[in-house]
Amino acid sequence: MTRRYTGYGFVLPYVVHFLLFVAFPVGFSLVLVFHRWNIIAPMEFVGLHNFHRLANDALFFRALGNTLIFLLIHIPLQIVVALFFAELLNRQLRLRGFFRAAYFLPVIVSGVVVTILWQRLFSYDSGLLNRLLVAIGLGKVGWLVDPDLAMPSIALMATWKNVGLYIVLFLVGLQSVPAQLYEAADLEGATAWQKFRHITLPMINPTIFLVVVLSTIGGFSLFIEPYILTGGGPLNRTLSAVLYIYKEGFFFYHMGYAATLGFFFALLIMLVVVIQKKLVEREVTI
Amino acid sequence: MGSRKWMIYLVLIAGVIVFTYPFFWMVMASLAPEKEIESLVLLPSRMSLHSYQQVVEKIPIFRALLNSLLVSAAVTAGVLVFGSMVGYALSRLRFRGRNLIFYVILFTMTLPFQITLIPQYILMVKFGWVDTYLALIVPYIMNAFGIIMFRQFFMSIPQDLIDAARIDGCGDLQILFRILWPNAVPALVTVGIITFMNTWNEVLWPLIVIRVEELMTMPQLIALFAVGGRAEAQLGVKLAAATMLALPIVLAYLFFQRYFIESMATTGLKE
Repeated sequence: MTRRYTGYGFVLPYVVHFLLFVAFPVGFSLVLVFHRWNIIAPMEFVGLHNFHRLANDALFFRALGNTLIFLLIHIPLQIVVALFFAELLNRQLRLRGFFRAAYFLPVIVSGVVVTILWQRLFSYDSGLLNRLLVAIGLGKVGWLVDPDLAMPSIALMATWKNVGLYIVLFLVGLQSVPAQLYEAADLEGATAWQKFRHITLPMINPTIFLVVVLSTIGGFSLFIEPYILTGGGPLNRTLSAVLYIYKEGFFFYHMGYAATLGFFFALLIMLVVVIQKKLVEREVTI
Repeated sequence: MGSRKWMIYLVLIAGVIVFTYPFFWMVMASLAPEKEIESLVLLPSRMSLHSYQQVVEKIPIFRALLNSLLVSAAVTAGVLVFGSMVGYALSRLRFRGRNLIFYVILFTMTLPFQITLIPQYILMVKFGWVDTYLALIVPYIMNAFGIIMFRQFFMSIPQDLIDAARIDGCGDLQILFRILWPNAVPALVTVGIITFMNTWNEVLWPLIVIRVEELMTMPQLIALFAVGGRAEAQLGVKLAAATMLALPIVLAYLFFQRYFIESMATTGLKE
């Protein structure tokens, strides 16, 4: 009898915490989206004004477009690079643990460190990347100053930072593929590509899905990278979803509109992930 | 066959250079004279701690280190204690609404933080927690991921162990902390490492709720230092600050490398 109350006692702190820091904020965001508020003055009900503004807000669509560009580069690049190294590591090798640990190093280091470091690497005049390009006889690239290249450059940096985690995840995935499947394919004279396409790929599909979902969430969560590197520029071409919320909320104190942005970005993330899940499930059944 | 193996090693070593050389360069640049940084490739002509001295003079970096340690330790302790309590209740105690709570927890894991960011900030303002440690700690001491990990782990512990303890007159708190914790070291390590690292590296939330320099966390202080004017466009100083920020986690990584990788691989979860 008393044990039942013990259960409630054990989960009570969680329930209180959930109500305060999750349920209330979600509910309150539904209130905020209909208001104009700078926290100090009284809240002002504005009906659908925030939605109307959003539908006509070039910056909102710019942030969405920037996120899309980021994801279109980041996701395929990450999958290819991670699979490539995971394939190489998935065999009897000396120093395998060392390689894995080295590739993993950028994963554990703070994004602030990585961004400050890459700011130097990307520097137009004297960055290591341009010095390397000049040394091999190519021209300098405006990594962060060229509006068309700034977001792809951030995608490159993010891939460098995160890919170590996905190498490890793919390695786990590859090791779970039963060796008999490859042996059977060998007996039937399958080529390396056929084995990869028809055995490896379907077996690691869940890992690919995980990479896609985590990268998508990561793309919509980009903040410190543009905050330090570009401030969202040049020409707002690196303005990310979270950086835009941050600016609206904490530069301009447009709490109602910032909450509206947050609400829609969150909705979009969930929508995109559900679509991705459907696509992956279809791929598996084919 | 032999040459193929060599090719593989060559590519793998190239990978090591790509992923680690930038950090090596960063450390060398932070030790180099300012003039040499723009042309530095490997080693500077002489090394000095001048850039580090300047960081220490310009920003309260040791105070920020202390803040980060305090906040990360407090959050980690909270997540371990509360996470294991809830995980224990969900896996080993029976009560009405247990499944409902479990589904709520799963749901919060899928909830993007973008939706709660602004309302949570407003909550901090109303609580008067802006510019206090409370704002950095309390919203994070419960975490769905920790609860799920502990629940999974406790489900794998034999019921006999718990029954035996109960016959000996142990209460549930004693069972959890005296009997289960010593048997749950892998789960504690996994949740502990991930929580500590995520808290240590978090920068958006501190930027929002902390404005006074004495309470800033290390990544926050250094991010503001890097974008603000106080580094005075000096490269060495920024890179020295970044190196100091990287150092604690990299040191921990060197010693517990396997645990870091395994923790993050089992969860596939970051930030």
